[in-house]
This record gives sequence, structure tokens and C-alpha cells, in this order.
Amino acid sequence: MDTNQYMGMFLEESREHLQNLNSCVLELENAPDNLSVLGEIFRSAHTIKGMSATMGFTTIAELTHEMENILDMLRKSQLQATPDIIDTIFKCVDTLEQLVESVATNSESTIEVEPLVVKLKALAKGEAIPVPVSGEKTKAKTESSATTSGSNIDFSDTEIKVLEKAFGQGLQAYEATVYLREGCLLRSARSYMVMNALDEIGEVIKTVPSVDDLEKEKFDLSFQAIIVTSSDAEKVQQTVLSISEIDKVEVVPCILGDTKEVHEEVQVAKTEEAKKTAPANAAPVAAAAKNKGGQSVRVDIDKLDALLNLVGELVINKTRLEQIGITHKLTDLVETIEQMDRVTTDLQSVVMKVRMVPVGQVFNRFPRMVRDLSHGLNKEINLIIQGEETELDRTVIDEIGDPLVHLLRNSIDHGIEHPAEREANGKNPVGEVRLIARHEGNNVIIMVEDDGKGINPDIIKRIAIKKELITQVEADKMDPAEAVRLIFLPGFSTAEVVTDVSGRGVGMDAVKNKIESLGGMVDVETKINEGSKFKIRLPLTLAIIQALLVNVSEEIYAIPLGSIDSTININATDIKTVQNKEVILSRGQIIPIVRLAHVLNIPETEKEEQEELFVVIVHIGEQRAGVIVDNLIGQQEVVIKSLGKLLAGIKVIAGATILGNGQVALILDIASLIQ
Amino acid sequence: MSEENYSNDEIQLVIFKLGREEYGVSILQVQEIKRITDITRVPHTPDYIKGVINLRGSVLPVIDLKNRLSLPQQASTEDTRIIIVKVEDLSIGMVVDAVSEVMTISRQNIDSPEVVAGSIAANYLSGVGKMEDRLLILLNLEAIIGVGQEVNPA
Repeated sequence: MDTNQYMGMFLEESREHLQNLNSCVLELENAPDNLSVLGEIFRSAHTIKGMSATMGFTTIAELTHEMENILDMLRKSQLQATPDIIDTIFKCVDTLEQLVESVATNSESTIEVEPLVVKLKALAKGEAIPVPVSGEKTKAKTESSATTSGSNIDFSDTEIKVLEKAFGQGLQAYEATVYLREGCLLRSARSYMVMNALDEIGEVIKTVPSVDDLEKEKFDLSFQAIIVTSSDAEKVQQTVLSISEIDKVEVVPCILGDTKEVHEEVQVAKTEEAKKTAPANAAPVAAAAKNKGGQSVRVDIDKLDALLNLVGELVINKTRLEQIGITHKLTDLVETIEQMDRVTTDLQSVVMKVRMVPVGQVFNRFPRMVRDLSHGLNKEINLIIQGEETELDRTVIDEIGDPLVHLLRNSIDHGIEHPAEREANGKNPVGEVRLIARHEGNNVIIMVEDDGKGINPDIIKRIAIKKELITQVEADKMDPAEAVRLIFLPGFSTAEVVTDVSGRGVGMDAVKNKIESLGGMVDVETKINEGSKFKIRLPLTLAIIQALLVNVSEEIYAIPLGSIDSTININATDIKTVQNKEVILSRGQIIPIVRLAHVLNIPETEKEEQEELFVVIVHIGEQRAGVIVDNLIGQQEVVIKSLGKLLAGIKVIAGATILGNGQVALILDIASLIQ
Repeated sequence: MSEENYSNDEIQLVIFKLGREEYGVSILQVQEIKRITDITRVPHTPDYIKGVINLRGSVLPVIDLKNRLSLPQQASTEDTRIIIVKVEDLSIGMVVDAVSEVMTISRQNIDSPEVVAGSIAANYLSGVGKMEDRLLILLNLEAIIGVGQEVNPA
């Protein structure tokens, strides 16, 4: 069987499941007897096993198989989740990640799974005795494990109601376990035929895995279906066997008593979970929501990009039509275009939304990272994640991971103190790192906060002087906030000792560059002994922005509206000089002046010195500047186009856009303009 | 222009004029020929980068070929054209004084550029073609566009 065409899907899904495994095992570590989490882990491992076996990756399948054994024992409470077991499972997940990546890069796999397999086997054998536990709950658990030995199906409230109702009507419920023949190719199609056939003699109320997963072929060779019917078991069996490529089918009556208990058990676990306020427990809610999730389609990101480009074209043409309507005073046309405008705006926002992905996709790998780091550094750290549902453009999501890793590592390594030191300073020995995402206007804010020791501006100044990044004179003039921002300079590293975690001197300026290349910005606030806060501001989208068009002599430039404070008129005499730099006074603030004509080397045209000047006040973070332009044209939606490889990297220009008349206008890069 | 373009016995060239001289590029590298349109100047670029144009919704850099080859400048006329060429995935426009014809030339009629070295940087040439009494200067587009050496802000 040619499996190449499924490769992309296999990789993507494996990665998803591995991610899920990571977060679930982390949760399990906090709540070792949480059955629903165990179930989730088991399912993910099982899916990976199934997929990899189908694809012929035997190493992956072998490892997951052994993992499954352990997980199954955990689930049946024959084994308890000791730190040793958790660590081993983590190691397995890491190894699986490496294996999957080696499949992705098509590299020869030299990864050894043998030691892990041996270890897993030993764990399974050595401690395969039911661990004695006490209390009412244990009884329920052992009971449930007994009853579920045949059936591992958890029922939801509604499903139980359906079952109860069916029993009330004298109908029978059966659990049919269908085994497909080895080598069966269209497994999802087979499962669909089975479902169809069963639907004819009764009602299928549940399948394991879910119907969605069956359709996606997310199962091995067997699946289970609960059917409510008036027919008997034999009839059910025959119906299923009438379909080709079915190896065998086991039909057992489904009894509600058992299921109810299982169900209650799960409930207990869930309420316990809910009571805990530990941050890692945000995950099960997300997992539950995910399981519920509606129908979805996987689409290649390239297709979405193409769609976005087309919408961009449409917007350009719409603007062009608008201009024709206005120049020729065609009222009908203008009205029609207004309607079209609404449609294109909607279309645009829909396409944008389609490209949006929750930041949770990036965030969810951090709990594991923080755990490993804090263990490695002997620090105790509580990671709090908020706002993981905040959505960002896919391109931004792909890029934002590395900077965040850097910031988190910095917070953990440099920010949070060792427990003893924290206690000495009267702080909670457990440090707190918060990762928060939220919307703010047309931006998304991501913050990395810690309650560590903060950044000392004097130390920063000292290091910066020592590394010859600034001079003593410059340092003396700096206020503390400015001094702290020095950490963003290239070649700055504060770690007194270079550790494994951070402090190689490439950190913060790389973070800053990355974020700025995404059209965002990063700033830092800090208080000694109270902690630091890194604030990243990112645009919602990179493709279409609102901009102010301005004239500078004959040329037209676009200034992104997001960085404009206001536009003001001043007289030439309002411009003062401070230390040979031109500034103006606006609302009590001293604002440096940027003469666009000068910065952009615009050829001098013969004209009188204007008495009245237009100034666009722009800002990047706290920094402001007044940009002098000849004329303001107006606000317009512009589609950002790149200048291409040949012209990449020009300072001051962020990109280009096409105006309504087909002319190209350049978009100013405010950040580099201010500097 | 790479060797393989000339490996066959004959090649097809798009012939254009810069001042009084005739130049040629392989037709395989030419995407289209356009009348001159509005060119938006891009600041902080070398002189020979004339700016960018809108080619059906995408932004394309345009170079001033005469400037690049250090030839005397002259104002654009009715005949001025932009030849859009594609070099290693990079589409780029070149302003030329006129596009005259497409011509097939036999490989043995192409001399190596050394014969005229000194007139313009020999680096930008890939050969000189002889057609009866005409001389065609064949351009090395890779070198002219400077693929691989991104334009640094001035």
C-alpha cells in the first residue's frame, strides 16, 4: 500500500497527539488518580500506535504498544503513577517526538527505543500488583475496573438517558466489537458500512472511537459500537458479518448498571479536578471542549494564503472602482460599490478568521518545558496560562514560539530565585510565571510575567558599559526604564554564569528582532524584588491594514494607522531645536521631528517653504515622533505586498501596496523611522 | 546566462535597443514586455534600481538597464518598454529604449565577451552575437540583477 499520500496527515496528527500526551501526562503528575486524564493519554497513545503501525513505522508502534500496556494498568489501577513511571512516560513521549521528527525529515533513525521498552516491561512486571489503597473511592474504582474489563466505554449523561429509555421500552442494547480483516484498505468506508447496516436494524447510539474518528480512520483494526435494537445478538452479529472484509465481531449485551458506575467514577474524578485550582487543570476543560468540537476540515495553509491573496486583489479592485465612481460622479455605481464594500469587508474578515489559530497551540507546549527547566534548576515554579483561546494569524503563531521560549527561559533562569532565597525575602518559595494572552484593539498582547527578583537597571548599565554597548556618559543620562531596555541590545547577556538554559548573549535582541519582523513590539517593565513583565504586542493580521496615505512632494506613502497617535498642523516657527535636533511641543510633550522628505532622500522640488506644516504623530511603544509630510490624502485599507527578495531589508520601508489607481505606494516602517 | 541555454545549435533572442546599441536576452528568460507605466521610486536603493511597478496586483522591482550598464541616460519615449524577465525565481523589470524583434541565432555566431571587454564590465555580458552586419550584445542577467547579493540599504 502506498502510504506516502498519508504522510502529511500522519505527521500532523502524531504531533497533535504527542502534544496532547505531553499536557495530559503533566496533568497526571499533579493528579495521579485522575481517570479521565488517563483515558485521554491511553487514547492518544493508542491512536499513535494504530497510525504508525499502518504506516509501517514499527519502532514507534513498538514503543507505544509497551506504553499502552503500562497505561492500561494504570487505568485499571493495577499500577500506581509513581514519579518513576511518570518520568518514564515522559521519556517515551520525548523519544516518540524524536522518532516522528526523524520520519518527517526522512533521516535515518538512530534513536534507540530498546532501553525504554525494557524499562516499560520491567515496570509492568515489577509492580504489576494492585497497590492497596483505602477508602470508599477505591472500592468504586476496583469495582469499575472489574466491570470495565470487558467494556471500556464511558457513557455521557444523554447516552445513559437514551439507554434507560430503551430498556424501558423493552429494547436491547448490545456492544458490538468489530474486527476488520488484516490489510483492509478502506477502513473508514468499512466502518461506515457497518454503521449503516446496524442503523437498519436499530440505532447506534455510540461508537468507540467516535464517528468522527472513524471517518478519519483514526482507529486500528477494531472499533466498538453500542446499538439499541429490538433484534437479538445473533441478528446483530449476522448483520455485521454480511459486510465484506470483516474478520469477526463480538456482540455482548450492554448493561446499564456497569456503565453508570463507570460514569460516576469519571464524574468523581472530574469534580475533584474542578476543586483544584492548580493552573495545569485548565487543560481538561480544553480537552473536553475539543472532544465536543464540531465538524472541521483540514486545509493546506497554502490554499488559505491563495484565498487571502485573492481577497486582497478584490479589495484593490474595489478601491479602484470606488475611485472611478467618484471621479465620474456615478451615483449608481457608488451605491453598488458601497454594498460590495460590505461584502468584501465581511469576506475579508471571514478569511482572516479562517486563518486564525488560538495561541493555545503554542502555549500548550510550555507547561512541559517549564516543568523540565524548573526541575533542572532546582526551582519550584508554578506556570499560569491565561487566554490561550486568544486567536492570532497562523503566520504569527508559527513564528511566535521561539521568542516566547526565550522569554520564559529568561524568567525561569534569571527571574525566579531559588526557593531558599525567596523564603529569605519573605516570598512564597514557589515562584510564579504567568503567560497571558489577550486582545487589545487591533492587537494581541502576550505577556510573560514573573514574580522573581526583577531586573536591576544599575547592573544592566554596568554590564552595558563593560561590554562597550554604551558609554558612561550615556549611562548617566538614562532613566531606569531606558536602562532596562538595554537588554534588547545585540550582544547583551546578563547571566553571570552561562547556564544550559539561557545566557548565551543571543537572547533578547533576537526576541526583539523576531517580534518586530512580525510587525509587533516588545517592552519590559520591572521592579526589583517584585518581578518583571515582558509585554509583546502583535498585530492581529499581517496582510491587510488600515493606513493613512500622505504626500511628500510627488510621492505617496502609507503610514500604518495602528502606529498613528494624531495628526496636527503646526507653523514652521513651532519647530524648536534641542541639542541640534528638531522637536515640537505637543500637549506638553517634547516630540522629535522626522522630516520625511529628508529621510527618504526625496529629490528636491522647487517650492516655497510652507508656512503651515502637517505633522503625523506616530508612536512605537512609549517612543513618539512627529513626521512632517506635505499633505494628508486620507485613510485607506491597504493590502501589504512584499517588495520581493531583491529589495528586501530596506530600512524605513516595511512593504508596498497598490492604490486604487494601480500605482504602487510604499508603506513606512515606523519603528525604524523613529530610531 | 548559463551554459545550457547556449548548448543547442540555435537560440532565440529578444532583441532590444539601448541608445544605438542592440542587445539580446534569451527568450526563455523573458516573461512579457510592457509599455512604460508609473514607477514608484524606492528610497535607499542603488541608482540603477528605478523603483517598483504594479504588475497585475504584484509588486515588481524595475531596474534601469542603461544606468546599470553605465550608458548615457535619455528621457523615455513612445518606444520605451519594460521587459519582464525571470531569473532564478526572481521576476524583475528592465527599462529599455525599444524592443525590436525576436531573432534566432546560431550558436557558432556568438563570440565570447572578451572581445569587447572594457566597454562595459565584461561581467555583465555573456557573449556577442554576429548577424550579418549587426552586433548583438548578449546580457548575463544573473550578474546584472545581482542574484544572491541582496541590495543593501545605502
